[in-house]
Amino acid sequence: MTPLTVHRGRVFPLDRADVDTDQIIPKQFLKRIQRTGFGQFLFYDWRFEPDGREREFPLNEPRYREATILLARRNFGCGSSREHAPWALLDYGFRVLVAPSFADIFYNNCFQNGILPVVLPEATLDDLFVRASGPEPLTLEVDLPAQVIRGAGEPIPFEIDEFRKDALIRGLDEIGRTLHASDLIDAYEKTRCQDFLAPVH
Amino acid sequence: MAKTMLDKIWEDHVVARSPGEPDLIYIDLHLVHEVTSPQAFEGMRAAGRRVRRPERTFATEDHNVPTDPVPVVRDPIAREQLEALEANCREFGIRLLDMKSPERGIVHVVGPEQGLTQPGMTIVCGDSHTSTHGAFGALAFGIGTSEVEHVLATQCLRQSRPQSFEVRIEGKRPQGVTAKDIILGVIGRLTVSGAQGTVVEYTGEAIRALSMEERMTVCNMSIEMGARAGMVAPDETTFRYVHGRPFAPKGKDFDRAVAAWSRLPSDPGAVYDRVEVIRIEDLAPQVTWGTHPGMVGPVTGRVPDPSSARAPEERLAMERALAYMGLEPGTPLEAIPLDRVFIGSCTNARLEDLRLAARAVRGRRVAPHVRAMVVPGSELVRRAAEAEGLDEIFTQAGFEWRHAGCSMCLGMNPDILRPGERCASTSNRNFEGRQGRGGRTHLVSPLMAAAAAIAGHFVDVRQWELSDLPARGMSA
Repeated sequence: MTPLTVHRGRVFPLDRADVDTDQIIPKQFLKRIQRTGFGQFLFYDWRFEPDGREREFPLNEPRYREATILLARRNFGCGSSREHAPWALLDYGFRVLVAPSFADIFYNNCFQNGILPVVLPEATLDDLFVRASGPEPLTLEVDLPAQVIRGAGEPIPFEIDEFRKDALIRGLDEIGRTLHASDLIDAYEKTRCQDFLAPVH
Repeated sequence: MAKTMLDKIWEDHVVARSPGEPDLIYIDLHLVHEVTSPQAFEGMRAAGRRVRRPERTFATEDHNVPTDPVPVVRDPIAREQLEALEANCREFGIRLLDMKSPERGIVHVVGPEQGLTQPGMTIVCGDSHTSTHGAFGALAFGIGTSEVEHVLATQCLRQSRPQSFEVRIEGKRPQGVTAKDIILGVIGRLTVSGAQGTVVEYTGEAIRALSMEERMTVCNMSIEMGARAGMVAPDETTFRYVHGRPFAPKGKDFDRAVAAWSRLPSDPGAVYDRVEVIRIEDLAPQVTWGTHPGMVGPVTGRVPDPSSARAPEERLAMERALAYMGLEPGTPLEAIPLDRVFIGSCTNARLEDLRLAARAVRGRRVAPHVRAMVVPGSELVRRAAEAEGLDEIFTQAGFEWRHAGCSMCLGMNPDILRPGERCASTSNRNFEGRQGRGGRTHLVSPLMAAAAAIAGHFVDVRQWELSDLPARGMSA
């Protein structure tokens, strides 16, 4: 996983609430068996006509095309657990998402892929949306170690779980970390009281 | 101290706990399907890791599977994905119900049906509707593919403890109102993000009165209000359902299991982080009119006017939804004409759902402009329904009777809506394009969907005469 410390990038404002993962990546693109190459399908039905021509959608505007920070409204990433959604965002180039709230599974999936989801109050986002929607593109600097966003007036502080912050900054493989606790898992399995669980094959 | 059921199951599964870190919790059952697993197995191979507990891992093919009598996967990419699962299960020693298996079906139908799903377990699957299994008093939730890999490799997950949220459903369920209407009503009230960060425990007399299949319908849609999981305390209804199923404990083991399961329900006086009480005496059958499950109302109502929205953001969302759905504000929901009807999905494709739909259909004909299909949740459900003659009731009425799979719930197989087609669906999501690009989905109960197929538009099923079923009728 690519570590994330200080990220500077252009902002794409997606002014919609309850954006579900079916919109982030429609189901016809879930049949691939790789983790890569999903960026071209990001927001597909919103970005493209069925024949592949571009539709009128903010991400198709030149000022947002190179964006790497996404602003969204509440409950971003709701619905299906498909990790193809963060894969598509990451592959397109997004490293930071900012919203008043995220759906739980999607939020977890972001951290697994080196994407930082930042939760900010609605009022702060209202201000960021105004700044990012003007004729001049907005560029922000997201400083994860310092937990602050710069570039839109006063620096904006944000909260994040220390464990996840550390994993993002160091680009840690969570599985490797858990395997270090193998002896604890062995011990747990030995003492497990529900021994009536039958094996499933 | 009095504990909630969530407290008990959580504490029972903590493998490691350190200050400042999420708990490492043990996973009892890992369900796997073809869409969200290939990248996880690839990661295992790349790192040279083995599956820690193949005997606690169980796989099905369901999302991509065609629902024709003899499923032939013509889509080469879908076929590659199914073949990848078959190869991965062989390589890592995992039991798979493949397309040829007589027990195959939707993962959330098969788990309970096979007795894999049991009270007190932690259950995960790379699928958000894993919340279904919470109906047994299990902690069951959907995970992403990286977490699938994590569970394959370690049989554990790092998880922050969610909040507990009691949703108490009080009152007697009116006739014609189903478990689907109850959960749609709850989502409408609490909104699609209203349970974020919580595990919902459904309690109250109305929940106690539900069958296991109905409880599964309720828990299935917990994710649609943002809940991490939904659960119902196990009771005699639960134990009777589990008893005798292939993977359920047998003999003395079953008695010991029941003794342990009986200790799971929340203690009297246990304190939840949040509580909502919802009464259902006056609940009407529900119909969604918009592009998420929270955009829902009683069938006797009308398409709402965006100008009635409380906030500008909500007004915009409603306008976008109505434009997508091709609906005018003020239109009575009963006046909406339909092109398609889909009875299926992990929400509503179990035997009781099909019996109920058949009672609304028997002796009638599908409206000439409607194409209607029934897709049983599993091959066992299909054969049981056929043994009761339900397939004939449906086909004589003009329904297509299909084989098991996720089918048109998400349209990864050939069953999809064409642009602009309007569908009454017993599935769980009415998102834009969910059933096919440009398709318009209205979520309803199986009873509502069946009656709508006959009438050609939505009808209030409280006024719809239900037929008895041949031979072994149902009591509901």
